[in-house]
Amino acid sequence: MSDALTHLTIAEARDGLAAKKFSAVELAHAHIAAMEAMRDLNAFVTETPEIALERAGQSDARHGAGSAASAMDGIPVAVKDLFCTEGVQTTASSHMLEGFVPTYESTVTANLRKAGAVMLGKTNMDEFAMGSANITSYFGPVKNPWRLNDGKDRVPGGSSGGSAAAVAARMAICATGSDTGGSIRQPAAFCGLVGLKPTYGRCSRWGMVAFASSLDQAGPMTRSVRDAAIMLQSMAGFDPKDSTVVNEPLPNFEAAMAGSIKGLKVGIPIEYRIDGMSSEIEKLWQTGIDWLKDAGAEPVEVTLPHTKDALATYYIVAPAEASSNLARYDGVRYGLRVSADDLTDMYEQTRAAGFGREVRRRILIGTYVLSAGYYDAYYVKAQKVRALIAQEFAEAFKKADVLLTPTAPFPAFAIGEKMDDPVQMYINDVFTVPASLAGLPAMSVPAGLSADGLPLGLHLIGKPFDEATLLRVGQAVEQAANFTALPQLLGKA
Amino acid sequence: MALDIATVRRIARLARIRVPEEELPVMAEELSRIMDWIEQLNAVDTSNVAPMTSVADMRPHQREDAVTDGGVPEKVLANATDRVGNFFTVPKVVE
Repeated sequence: MSDALTHLTIAEARDGLAAKKFSAVELAHAHIAAMEAMRDLNAFVTETPEIALERAGQSDARHGAGSAASAMDGIPVAVKDLFCTEGVQTTASSHMLEGFVPTYESTVTANLRKAGAVMLGKTNMDEFAMGSANITSYFGPVKNPWRLNDGKDRVPGGSSGGSAAAVAARMAICATGSDTGGSIRQPAAFCGLVGLKPTYGRCSRWGMVAFASSLDQAGPMTRSVRDAAIMLQSMAGFDPKDSTVVNEPLPNFEAAMAGSIKGLKVGIPIEYRIDGMSSEIEKLWQTGIDWLKDAGAEPVEVTLPHTKDALATYYIVAPAEASSNLARYDGVRYGLRVSADDLTDMYEQTRAAGFGREVRRRILIGTYVLSAGYYDAYYVKAQKVRALIAQEFAEAFKKADVLLTPTAPFPAFAIGEKMDDPVQMYINDVFTVPASLAGLPAMSVPAGLSADGLPLGLHLIGKPFDEATLLRVGQAVEQAANFTALPQLLGKA
Repeated sequence: MALDIATVRRIARLARIRVPEEELPVMAEELSRIMDWIEQLNAVDTSNVAPMTSVADMRPHQREDAVTDGGVPEKVLANATDRVGNFFTVPKVVE
């Protein structure tokens, strides 16, 4: 029974709870046991079983009284460790924040809590969300539950690698992620999950540890497209505490998924056919086009000429914003402090000891591109290219309702590979970064396995605030792909 | 190399991150490699493009200018590494 409980989707668990087939406490126990059994994956920085059981008990009381708070009431959720959680350590997987216990709750996790969700713990991630393989975490790398017979552990992707591993390994039904340049979608692809980055402004950023404020966006990581719709419903919404969150009523995302995609125009951006993309990925992309055609959609070619400049643009904009956001870690008010006699000395030593190598690198790049004499040449230039990229998407969406691309140029690689050259690591996000720069909603849907047996994802990009179409087309991909494979770690279903 | 050692020393100082003298050459090389790669943007014609300064096409919402929070010094100071009364402490800055 408890094994079966950890394989449920949100929709199935919701229906089971409503029909009293099992209780929220039973559901929580099953997932707590899975979390303990799979500690070797290093998916969690902090486990919170007591909180889970307490909230599950409250959920059962609501279900018993016939007053479930939402479809998420009683659903076990893993929370990426960059959402501040009241009374529970929040580290962003950095030594800088080790032991930091917020006295407040982020809006997204508060919304989930209000919806009745049951927090299992805080998941491992790349330090301050800077990475694409979850290897920059101060608390060590996360292992992907998908593995081959070569004895090497694969990365789960990043930065939301712990969240992805937790959901793929059935330790949690779903998890929150955050996406700055692909940090929800790429790990979702690497772990065989659905990962949705909503439109910039859909979810409040309040109480999220900031990386790049014009790009950061929270979103759901789930095992089905329907689950992504259900979970997003409980995460999103207006918040007076974030001036960039949109003040509009939320559509009912699950209801909006109904209906066919007949006649819908699916844009295929020709520039996404990049050098070095594996033939497998290229084939999968074509298969995806055929699937949508079979479902009645019409593929149309679109052109996004500045796609090739998106990564370089991102690696100016994101570090620039990070260098400013991470200036707050000064050793004075919270976080690590390395004592020194002199104030500047204290700042410099604290920040050298508290930040890992990749974070230091990005802060220095950001400081450089914002410094006197270089600001126009780099930062303003990047903002202009970013404007071009956003304009091109707007043009493309005059011809297409949604765009289809691969999520990542290759499947999950072994821990230790691609680490020598930062630029090689950045290539992971080549297909996900453009939509981030333009603030568009985008989603990865598991679409198949590589010849080796590792998951591959297809990537959909939507118009601003049109997550509904994204979900509807995502469901069509999901139905055609019929992705039922399980991570090798879990054995055969 | 795009960034020489003196430049890295200067930006490390600006960023208040101590980089030991012996690590400067490696850091300069790593950062230069990234900056060299970024240089590709110079080839993009942006002569008639306004820089993008906001992501969503919307005006930030406003709220009434009223106090909504405060009076919680214990919460504010809860994570201080060192405190005296209701104050954070820093090394002495005035002789």
